[in-house]
Amino acid sequence: MVFLLQKTLIYAAPLLIVALGGMFSERSGVINLALEGEMIFGAFCGAILARALAISGAFGSNIQLLFLVVLLFSALCGALFSLLLSFSAINMKADQTIGGTALNMLAAAVVNAFALSLFNSEKIQMPANFSGYVILNNDIPPILQIFGDKAYLSTYVIVIAFVLLSIWIYKTKTGMRMRACGEHPQAAASVGINVFKMRYLGTVISGALAGLGGYAYIATVSNGTAEASVGGMGFLALAIMIFGNWKPLGIALGALLFGFLKCIGPVSSSLDFLKNLGLPMYFYNIIPYVVVLIVLALTSKKSGCPKAEGIPYDKGMR
Amino acid sequence: MKSGFFSKLREKAGFKSVTSSVLCIIAGILVGFLVMILLSIVNERTSIGNAFKGLLILLGGPFSSGRGAYIITNLGDMIFYATPLIMTGVSVAIAYKTGLFNIGAAGQFLMGLTGALLVALNINTNGNPAMGVLVWILAVLVGTLSGMVWGAIPGFFRAVFNVNEVIVCIMTNWIAANIVSWIFGSMPNLINSGSGKSGYLITTAATGNGTPTLGLNKIFKGSYIDMGIIVAVLIAIAIYIMLTKTTLGYELRACGANRNGAKYAGMNEKRNIILSMAIAGGLAAIGGALYYLNPGIEFKFDSAYATLPDYGFNGIPAALLGSNNPIAVIFVSLFIRYLNVGGGNLPSAGFNKYIADVIIALIIYFAGFSKFFSDILSRRKKRAEADLIAKAVLPDPGAAAAAAGSVTQAATEAAESVTPTVTEAAESVTEAVMETAESVTPTVTEAAEAAETVLEQTPVLENTGKEDDK
Repeated sequence: MVFLLQKTLIYAAPLLIVALGGMFSERSGVINLALEGEMIFGAFCGAILARALAISGAFGSNIQLLFLVVLLFSALCGALFSLLLSFSAINMKADQTIGGTALNMLAAAVVNAFALSLFNSEKIQMPANFSGYVILNNDIPPILQIFGDKAYLSTYVIVIAFVLLSIWIYKTKTGMRMRACGEHPQAAASVGINVFKMRYLGTVISGALAGLGGYAYIATVSNGTAEASVGGMGFLALAIMIFGNWKPLGIALGALLFGFLKCIGPVSSSLDFLKNLGLPMYFYNIIPYVVVLIVLALTSKKSGCPKAEGIPYDKGMR
Repeated sequence: MKSGFFSKLREKAGFKSVTSSVLCIIAGILVGFLVMILLSIVNERTSIGNAFKGLLILLGGPFSSGRGAYIITNLGDMIFYATPLIMTGVSVAIAYKTGLFNIGAAGQFLMGLTGALLVALNINTNGNPAMGVLVWILAVLVGTLSGMVWGAIPGFFRAVFNVNEVIVCIMTNWIAANIVSWIFGSMPNLINSGSGKSGYLITTAATGNGTPTLGLNKIFKGSYIDMGIIVAVLIAIAIYIMLTKTTLGYELRACGANRNGAKYAGMNEKRNIILSMAIAGGLAAIGGALYYLNPGIEFKFDSAYATLPDYGFNGIPAALLGSNNPIAVIFVSLFIRYLNVGGGNLPSAGFNKYIADVIIALIIYFAGFSKFFSDILSRRKKRAEADLIAKAVLPDPGAAAAAAGSVTQAATEAAESVTPTVTEAAESVTEAVMETAESVTPTVTEAAEAAETVLEQTPVLENTGKEDDK
């Protein structure tokens, strides 16, 4: 049980932060279908930095500090990549679905092109001790083991960032202004809010969180292998955001639920009671997606979807 | 005003979309070239000279393959690899015409190949070519049907629950990917247990149900080409005719143009959404079936659950660049494969094939900008026309506010003179004009825009008057 909950946390952490990133973008009025691409790009940049730092030996034995630096760098790269989406959606008034899809394809292609060119392989494997656990403590009681044993630094970073940013978007002036731009940008503009700036802020934060979540994913779930895919986690995060009704608490609940559902497939072969059922891994892999569909069908009527989401802001419209 | 062939051509919507597609392609290739320069700098084995060499190879497509025989083979392969792309491209296009974004072509593609291979690999017709063709047809039909069912799911969710089809498509993609690995993983008799093979299925070469080649492989020696391309082109043409010449096609397009309008006109918009997605799913599925029914193509089933096939996503650029016109999709698909073959030749310049993917992704990215540019163009055109009217109407362009008033008056008078009895119609138009006039800030061009509105509305008024006279 403890093992399953530990695994759930590992899967839930990237989903949690990336879904929050999606929320930031959409609450500011831009559909962010490029979460997957931003995760891939941020994670890849992080992996390159991690390798370079490991080779140079800059941090010596202080792996956790290095992990933190790389996480921040991944967030920065994700934010930079998301500027492409901001430019296309905000300045060029492009269809945001197409822009997002293009960026997903671009991220995968760029990562493949650079990985193959620089490392002669489509996958970058980081040194094994890089994805080391923060705390290894088997002596503590089981409840604490869930959070204290075999946990990663990235999980703590993500939880802290999640709480702070959730408060920020609800309680600060800028956060409220940003949300106004997602509901009624013309009204927001009429009281002097710069809609373009707010939407840029929303998408950039979104990209940063996706980049951070991307590196957390490759460092934890995929054991330090960076490649041109994060296994659809970005899209799942998007679904979790819709599941959570564009609200942090709902997202937190959704991320835990889907983290749990998502981890069953990969761990099904190492849990006896699941193994005894005789169902293949594919069955467990399908469950989260089917649950998403059912939930969406049931909740679509009372959607908290931002009103102006996906509509380019036009100053001339009233 | 200029007249003549070219200015007339410039007015055509088709010409505009071709121009914007060509601009997107050029922009994509240029930025891709920048990526190559960047790569050549960061990679110590290459220099900037390689980037120029790479650009030439990429633009040469199959013709940069070296010897003549390779060029012929690569040309044949280019056409073969374009076949599934045409199908997924038309799939995305028809959904787009109905106002839906079919990002689920990958899953439909997978379901199509699954249905087709289940038929074609389970029935052995070795030594009986006629039966082989029959089984091949059956395989394509079963594949199509599987894809139609799979495509109908997002359509159903959209129509009945009003769930965004994009998210449903993404979910069904991953479900399909897992189902495919699951189905074939449980069929050991279809798995190729030959030496050095792991996770591959046997091909239609083993059962004699491969796609007939019609001698095309004799023209393009050594390539995979078969009659699939002919099937794909015929289907694309059929879909074009369906969309433009039939009632169903009209209804689908009406739903895409204005869903509420279509509903108000008495069309069953929910049925049309489901139908459109089912057709789109069937088309993508044919792509999967045609690709894997080729005797030379092996399907790797064991990793299918982890990555989605590129064909599904590459249908999106094919559709976008072709302005969602099925005939144009054929040519765009061939062009995309032309770039891909060129990309495959890139290693000789020190790059890898993914450069072509980068360029294709950039092309779609730029395709999103087309609305912005066409808006600028049409705005400029409207300005120019409105200026002309303004000069005709206003002898003194400085008095803009007064002008707006006089324009309104003129419109009222015009309205009254046309329909003296139908005062209501005139009043409403006057009101509209008044509003326009009020909202304009006193500049010449904007007063001119008001004038333009008046001129646009006057003919409408005439029609109203005539009808009322009857």
